[in-house]
Amino acid sequence: MKKLFVYLSNYKKECILSPLFKFIEASFELLVPLVIAAIIDTGIANKDTGYIIRMCLLLVLLGIIGLVSAITAQYYAAKASVGFAKNLRHALFGHIQSLSYTEIDTLGTSTMITRMTSDINQVQSGVNLTLRLLLRSPLVVFGAMIMAFTINVKAALVFVVTIPVLSVIVFGIMIVCIPLYKKVQAALDKVLLITRENLTGVRVIRAFGTEQEETDKFVEHNQALTNIQKFTGRISALLNPLTYVIINIAIVILIKIGAIQVYDGIISQGMVIALYNYMSQILVELIKLANLIINITKSAACANRISAVLDIKPSLEYKDTAPEKRQAQYSVEFRDVSLRYKNNSEPSLDNLSFTVKKGETVGIIGGTGSGKSSLVNMIPRFYDAENGEVLIDGVNVKDYPLEELREKIGIVPQKAVLFKGTVRDNISWGKNDATDEEIFNALETAQAKSVIESKSGDLDYVIDQGGKNLSGGQRQRLTIARALVRKPEILILDDSASALDFATDAALRKAIREIDNSPTVFIVSQRTSSIQYADKIIVLDDGMIAGMGTHDELLEKCDVYREIYNSQFKKEADVNG
Amino acid sequence: MADKISMQKGTVSKVLKYIKKYRFLLVLSLVLAAASVALTLYVPVLIGDAIDYIIGENNVDFAAVTEYLIKIAVIVCVTALFQWIMNTINNKITYNVVRDIREQAFRKIEILPLKYIDSHSYGDIVSRVIADTDQFADGLLMGFTQFFTGIITIIGTLIFMLTINVSITLVVVVLTPLSLFVARFIAKKTYDMFKLQSETRAEQTAFIDEMVGNVKVVQAFSHEDEAMEKFDEINERLEKCSLKAIFYSSITNPSTRFINSLVYAGVGLTSAIAAINGTMTVGALSCFLSYANQYTKPFNEISGVITELQNALACAAHIFELIEEEPQSPDLPDALVLDNVEGYIAIDNVSFSYTPEKPLIQNLNLNVKPGQKIAIVGPTGCGKTTLINLLMRFYDVNSGQICVDGNNIKQITRNSLRRSYGMVLQETWLKTGTVRENITMGKPDATEDEIIAAAKASHAHSFIKRLPKGYDTVLSEDGGSLSQGQKQLLCITRVMLCLPPMLILDEATSSIDTRTEIKIQEAFNKLMEGKTSFIVAHRLSTIREADTILVMNNGNIIEQGNHTELLKLNGFYVNLYNSQFAH
Repeated sequence: MKKLFVYLSNYKKECILSPLFKFIEASFELLVPLVIAAIIDTGIANKDTGYIIRMCLLLVLLGIIGLVSAITAQYYAAKASVGFAKNLRHALFGHIQSLSYTEIDTLGTSTMITRMTSDINQVQSGVNLTLRLLLRSPLVVFGAMIMAFTINVKAALVFVVTIPVLSVIVFGIMIVCIPLYKKVQAALDKVLLITRENLTGVRVIRAFGTEQEETDKFVEHNQALTNIQKFTGRISALLNPLTYVIINIAIVILIKIGAIQVYDGIISQGMVIALYNYMSQILVELIKLANLIINITKSAACANRISAVLDIKPSLEYKDTAPEKRQAQYSVEFRDVSLRYKNNSEPSLDNLSFTVKKGETVGIIGGTGSGKSSLVNMIPRFYDAENGEVLIDGVNVKDYPLEELREKIGIVPQKAVLFKGTVRDNISWGKNDATDEEIFNALETAQAKSVIESKSGDLDYVIDQGGKNLSGGQRQRLTIARALVRKPEILILDDSASALDFATDAALRKAIREIDNSPTVFIVSQRTSSIQYADKIIVLDDGMIAGMGTHDELLEKCDVYREIYNSQFKKEADVNG
Repeated sequence: MADKISMQKGTVSKVLKYIKKYRFLLVLSLVLAAASVALTLYVPVLIGDAIDYIIGENNVDFAAVTEYLIKIAVIVCVTALFQWIMNTINNKITYNVVRDIREQAFRKIEILPLKYIDSHSYGDIVSRVIADTDQFADGLLMGFTQFFTGIITIIGTLIFMLTINVSITLVVVVLTPLSLFVARFIAKKTYDMFKLQSETRAEQTAFIDEMVGNVKVVQAFSHEDEAMEKFDEINERLEKCSLKAIFYSSITNPSTRFINSLVYAGVGLTSAIAAINGTMTVGALSCFLSYANQYTKPFNEISGVITELQNALACAAHIFELIEEEPQSPDLPDALVLDNVEGYIAIDNVSFSYTPEKPLIQNLNLNVKPGQKIAIVGPTGCGKTTLINLLMRFYDVNSGQICVDGNNIKQITRNSLRRSYGMVLQETWLKTGTVRENITMGKPDATEDEIIAAAKASHAHSFIKRLPKGYDTVLSEDGGSLSQGQKQLLCITRVMLCLPPMLILDEATSSIDTRTEIKIQEAFNKLMEGKTSFIVAHRLSTIREADTILVMNNGNIIEQGNHTELLKLNGFYVNLYNSQFAH
């Protein structure tokens, strides 16, 4: 958490000035009871109206000083906290982008999003409050006590006893309540879960006619939630009455001691009133302080979560200089490659070796979890091999600078992700300076021309966030165009034709083969029909190559391939024949 | 505006209906509130009186002071007790009312027509049941504890002050609302800044959502620098408008504090002069000073409380919207309980559409004899699930009728109709709970042997056995760590256990490895033995074996017949069929 203070370093001035002005405000606030005492002891006692007016003007002046210092303090606190949040967001955003797939997988994107948004907001308000209040509240509490000492030592001893007792009660109740609030939250989550389930599973629940059982379950958990809420409420409701009793008992004792001191001629009547006023000030500040501490605790937890992300080091390192060109026999080559994901005991890919010539099409097939996506993800170096090496044009991928490596490759991910913006913006992701003609060519190859023709017909058609205004198949074709527009040397289709019907899928494959200077293509698929005509098919089973060759070769010699093929084709073939 | 107010009134009266149950507690709470406020206000008077007996050196009436002090101590303890009881009662009323409302909302969910549930996002409904009720509870509690006592405090203070001194009271009354105006003024001025802040924040969150959510794609296309640039641009804007919003709104507190110190000075001046003239004692002065503090506090709080209350009412209105939603038409009073179904299904001249503008199924006729298999085929999104919706009576037909064993399904209880079908959807749904609880959903009293037999028949037994606690393994939301295929097998087991006379099956298309898929296929076949079955089919083998194939496109059944008949037709089906082999 301490590391986050770096992001405050531009705001050193603000971080000192804000508490300083708060300090000034509080100091002047502490003078008010003394002025009142003076009005009583001097003004009223001497019947000096002029003195009283002067003192009241002094009160107004103290108020103005308080106002000005408070506003100044608020300004600096706001400036420092907002700037801090800006710097932190910038750093975190940049950091997340620099992480490699391995770290992204471990963290999960949704946690990263909450950390960037609500966690940072919480820390921002924590910083703001801390700058404003952390110094002020203790100052008022102890300042009031010190002022009491300057008035009368015996009376001040009441403060010495009261402050710790009040602190124990205020903080004690909070300490008891915080875990209870967590329980309330857990109970609420349970109710939420049941509600959600009844919506997502509405068809199944109604099909089985178990509405009554579900309602009973809901009522039971709803009651449990209510019980814990009421219990927590009863305890937290103790805070106000208890502090009220203590502060007033303290005032009673204070007046009693004050009475004796006045009788002995040690202090005046006005001083007793001043002591009484100081006691009242303490309670307000202690409760503020307790709330502040809760807030700081929350912010600290958020800050720790943010630091945890910032502390993650990207696991991939890149070369800065381009490797020397050499005449390579193969476009892509895997040499004894193994891959093991973090926290997994079993390797996901085990000792893979194969070669692919330039312009060849490679089909990759296998069951779920067999390692198909892992294999293609190693080519653009989203993951690094644990053993062995992956070579592109005869050079180990680790020896390429990041930009150069990724330039060579056009990838169409499994999930068809598009971004908010025009079709042109989205396709240009693949090539920043793409001309409209290049974009149209890519769209044509990707069988996506009909997509924009069915919309407004031009490249300025605006895609909603997440591509919600397009169908799954339309999105997929656009992501394919995005990969094609850069005319990649290697094209990777990671099960990315799954939402296309068979005819479009076939037309797409044909169009890709007809590109000039055709790229090396990797097609990952569940369907044998998509890869049947590849130059080479790699059959994966449990991270190992179960067979490699053309369709006909594999049918003859590879059991796994035959099994997949039969399950999809055999009976149909019978019918057809 | 008038609409808004009348709507709020409506909501308030609905809330009151729920509170009515607790009216005795409510009255008690109000009485206690009034009593404790009165006592709280009385304490400064007593303190002032006590101080009046402490006049100066050798001039203190100890007996009188002590008497007052004891009185104060007793009153303080009683007040505290009242406060605590009142708070506890308020808690009880609030949480019970919210519990009742939440339960009502849930019960409504169980009987809402599917049409409502399908056309609303789950997040929206859930947030009404959870977040809105929670927010409503907070507001209600705050209203009870602060709004009411605040108003009593203001009135009480006024009365107490008037009994002591009228002119000083006027000073307080005139000056105090100033702080309210200042707070209002600042809130109005900062409203636009806050709006801009939350809009900018929303814009940034949406951007983060896109870029961080899809960071893999960003990296694959080396788009990091462009993303950073755009991010910084939004980030700078956010910094500027946040600073404005936070700073200007944070002026409120110091400003109201300043007004308070003006009040303080005013009270000090007038009461000191009154004291010189002998119309007031020093003790009364001290009492006035503490009133000046007390009187302004509820004023400062009340504007916050009102916003909170309005917020709570808006949330309540949200929940009531759900609670008042039209439920599905109840079963007819003389509805038939379907029993010993043979499996005749007649679809007679049925038309249906989700929205009147977009006709879907028109004049559909279909006769199914017991044991027949009906395959439904067509491209994705062609409306295959619509047919399931009608058969299960998740939706009612617009015209025509569907009969089971000769009975119109509108005249059958929904429960018995649905229980006559076994349904396995492609989107598997498992509830949180043990594997056993999930399997026995349709037959809670099944014996261990029956459960195991069903699991064996659907090829699920072997993987269930390997789970950490076998049949008692607790599954987290949506099946937790089970694979898609395993979830599917569990859903089949669930149906296998009840063995209903008719089936609706949805073949999985993707993401299941071949071996599991073969198991699922076998389980399906076993399930279908001798039963009337509707299968949303993706596999040609299933289609070929079906007695009737319904070819659907754009929500319509466009061709109907068996495989050979449809091939002869040389229409849409042939295209669909051949595309499987397109090279």
